[in-house]
Amino acid sequence: MSDFLLELRSEEIPARMQAGARAELEKLFRREMEAAGVDFGDITIWSTPRRLALITRGLPDATQPVSSEEKGPPVGAPDQAVDGFCRKQGVSRDDLEVRDVKGRETYFAVKNIPGRATKDLLAEAIPAIIRDFSWPKSMRWGEASLSTESLRWVRPLSGIVALLGEELVECEVHGVTSGWVTLGHRFHHSGDITIGSADDYAEKLRACHVIVDHEERQDIVRSAAAKVAADAGLKLVEDEGLVIENAGLTEWPVPLLGRFDEDFLDVPPEVIQLTARVNQKYFVCEDSAGKLANAFVCTANIEAADGGAAIVDGNRKVLAARLSDARFFWELDQKTPLREHAKKLERITFHEKLGTVADKVDRVAKLAAWLTSDARAPNGDHNMARQAAELSKSDLVTEMVGEFPELQGLMGGYYAEKEGLPQEVADAIRDHYKPVGQDDEVPTAPLTVAVSLADKLDNLFSFFNIDILPTGSKDPFALRRAALGYLRLVQANGLELSLEQAAQAWGGLGQAKLGTRVAEFLSDRLAVQMREEGVRHDYIAASREWQGHTDARTDRIEARARALAEFLSTDNGTNLLAGYKRAANILKKEDWRGIEGEIARTGEEDPLALVDDPDMKAVIDAKMSERHARELSYTPEPAEKALIEALDAAEPRASQAIEKEDFATAMSALASLRAPIDAFFEEVTVNDPDEDKRASRLDLLARFRAAVHNVADFSKIEG
Amino acid sequence: MDNNPARDPKASFQDMILALHDFWSAQGCLILQPYDMRMGAGTFHTATTLRALGPEPWNAAFVQPCRRPTDGRYGENPNRLQHYYQYQVILKPSPANIQDLYLESLRVIGIDPLKHDIRFVEDDWESPTLGAWGLGWEVWCDGMEVTQFTYFQQMGGFDCKPVAGELTYGLERLAMYIQGVDNVYDLDFNGRGVSYGEVFLENEKQMSKWNFEVAETDPLFDLFNKAEAECRNALDADVPIAAYEQAVEASHLFNLLQARGVISVQERASYMARVRDLARGSCEKYAEKMAPAWKEKYPEWSL
Repeated sequence: MSDFLLELRSEEIPARMQAGARAELEKLFRREMEAAGVDFGDITIWSTPRRLALITRGLPDATQPVSSEEKGPPVGAPDQAVDGFCRKQGVSRDDLEVRDVKGRETYFAVKNIPGRATKDLLAEAIPAIIRDFSWPKSMRWGEASLSTESLRWVRPLSGIVALLGEELVECEVHGVTSGWVTLGHRFHHSGDITIGSADDYAEKLRACHVIVDHEERQDIVRSAAAKVAADAGLKLVEDEGLVIENAGLTEWPVPLLGRFDEDFLDVPPEVIQLTARVNQKYFVCEDSAGKLANAFVCTANIEAADGGAAIVDGNRKVLAARLSDARFFWELDQKTPLREHAKKLERITFHEKLGTVADKVDRVAKLAAWLTSDARAPNGDHNMARQAAELSKSDLVTEMVGEFPELQGLMGGYYAEKEGLPQEVADAIRDHYKPVGQDDEVPTAPLTVAVSLADKLDNLFSFFNIDILPTGSKDPFALRRAALGYLRLVQANGLELSLEQAAQAWGGLGQAKLGTRVAEFLSDRLAVQMREEGVRHDYIAASREWQGHTDARTDRIEARARALAEFLSTDNGTNLLAGYKRAANILKKEDWRGIEGEIARTGEEDPLALVDDPDMKAVIDAKMSERHARELSYTPEPAEKALIEALDAAEPRASQAIEKEDFATAMSALASLRAPIDAFFEEVTVNDPDEDKRASRLDLLARFRAAVHNVADFSKIEG
Repeated sequence: MDNNPARDPKASFQDMILALHDFWSAQGCLILQPYDMRMGAGTFHTATTLRALGPEPWNAAFVQPCRRPTDGRYGENPNRLQHYYQYQVILKPSPANIQDLYLESLRVIGIDPLKHDIRFVEDDWESPTLGAWGLGWEVWCDGMEVTQFTYFQQMGGFDCKPVAGELTYGLERLAMYIQGVDNVYDLDFNGRGVSYGEVFLENEKQMSKWNFEVAETDPLFDLFNKAEAECRNALDADVPIAAYEQAVEASHLFNLLQARGVISVQERASYMARVRDLARGSCEKYAEKMAPAWKEKYPEWSL
């Protein structure tokens, strides 16, 4: 039994790719060893910027010989069958043995695969691992790159150490040959390091200023950064992303604390933190009151002779240069009020077919005012909503947002406060892009909700209006994100908003259809969103119509789908669904048009086209009630009678509940039909030879189906 | 450098450049002069773009003055300039010890890697304009980006065969670092007391004003269109190097128009696409024109 060490050395591997590379190395190593039939123990994988290392313990020196025998066709079988068997087994016909199986002579393929030295198997596995290794981005390099067939790696691959026990596993990949030799820290150690085995690998490297275990380096960054902050009487602002990144950028991490000029603290803390973190990978610190302190923690990769004084000084200068840029922007931007900045939006095209950003702002402002005044979704001061919306995009032309686009909104909020605008207006400007990500908080302050909704709706209406819709993976204007933002705002604030009315407020009375199209899109997104919570998409599909049209209110679609999910999780629900399907199947099989068939005689191509026509309504209602009222020409069977009565009771209850959008009550009204419909199917023959009975019963089923339909479109429900 | 005690790269901007020239010359690089056109980055020099194409070895180093009109600060910002210098090294194919060579060049100009924290931080490079991309790093010295280090993978839309290594040093930043000054205008230019500010401050003031406020935009638009037309004319006449120059010209004119703030976000994309078409078209034509000669010398090579 031996331990195995593999080290793949390369030029600096990006920090963000190291975790993935460790997983990939383990996956490929397992794949190779399993394919070769080599047992192995636990695998340890380490990474630094300059190496990936794998250690596994207790590998056998050789694999066990394997014998196998496979029974083939009997002697005398057609040649085709025998040849096919040989091909499948990878043997020649002469190798077949003949044995007696229950008195019948039968061919057998007997294979004896000798055991192989693990070292040889590893020598084959390593090149395969390297060739098959998948990096997020990989490259070619050097002389070999004259051909594009040359090896690809994340950065040039420079060395391989492969030792089984104390023996070298000899292999070569595109000119890189394995050996005992590796390199230590780039600056703290020069010359070769000869590794003896997996046992001395980590310690030999440590002696040469390389901590090969990434978790140990992360621990050092975490604790030493906290310590240098504490030593200065401060508290480190924890940032696990920075811990991992700094550990991925160093082989010998040394956190160092530096100070920056206190005057920079006038700049908003988010700006300072963003500058420090994104541009410089520094931690920031807080004082005992929880306020941002004028200190940063950088992580060096060396233990400098002067204790890091020169390094800290250099980093301080870089940060100072960046912060002075930031402060310059901060002060410059404030010299111009947001309303003045807003004028510059006239020069920025929003989209060639949609005018300038200033045009967009006008639309958003109008819509925000309408939302708060006419729609009362949300309730708020419409003058302030308009004001906030008018200023909401002004920060896009400020210097600070030009430099840090991720600060859009936030800077507008700050500048609004500095100008002395009402706090609610500043808040709305700051937060109107929210919610952005999946975990982002959803605004609830009315003005913010209004501006945020108006902004998202304007994107949806505008792009749908010029027929730019997301397709497949392409969504260049982030309309899916806008849709999800809209849905979450509506949900978190319990808003009841008709997209048809919103579209009319946005673009004029002729735009109701646009509202319908956007409502359809939003319903699709609602289905995606709710599927993640476990609500089936067909429940949404069953809830998308309202009074015969696409429901323009996503809140109502959602409420109905939720009630439906609730109802169908009960016995009553599943049985009623079964009854509905059965009724629908019979009606379909009989091609029973019933009442609808009569309506079809209006001459319209679509038999339901006139159902909601106000002029026709009275006629149709009369016709329907006449039909319903028509006395049966025979005495109904008890179950038939019971169903009629149940429908007489349930229909108005369900209708009234639907009218009030009380879907739970509507569903429970349906639940009262369950027993009668079950009994009806049990006891009544629909296809009675008496044509009158048959017609009446089919009508009854149609009536039952219509009653259920009125609550939700059960035909859309699968399974 | 040791063999030339007269050089003092730690106290003189020009000696730092000369020390780099000495070093890279000793490594077998041609020491070229700047391209005599206005351009935004050393990468636009034909010694980089066009020479990155094709199979022939190519090793060169040169200083390239760069113009970035929007970075002008009227001489008031200690770190930002609308005109500054890049030092470019291009090594094709990329040698196995390119990182060591680079670090050695830092030692030569006075950076001690046991006193200063040198780091290779992921930074991939892409120039849609040139149809080019590469992987590499920005090299940090105590947190400051001092060099862009790139292995070119594609240029002009073609795979680089072989791959070239490109080093771009930001000379002013490096010198500020080495000389320990906080303001670029305080750099000692010649080691004899002439400051960078004496050479360039007035230039920065006037050029910032011209870039942002003065330059007449109608002629600039006109010149842009003319450069575009001339590029196509040169392409039609099968002189892609001349066409490439017009693409570089158009690129700079676009940058000036940007600084004047007369190109909207939407138009911006379309202007960039126009410049890209010119630059890529020129690179493509150049590669196609040269390909037969390259193939003759390297039969196994293909475009």
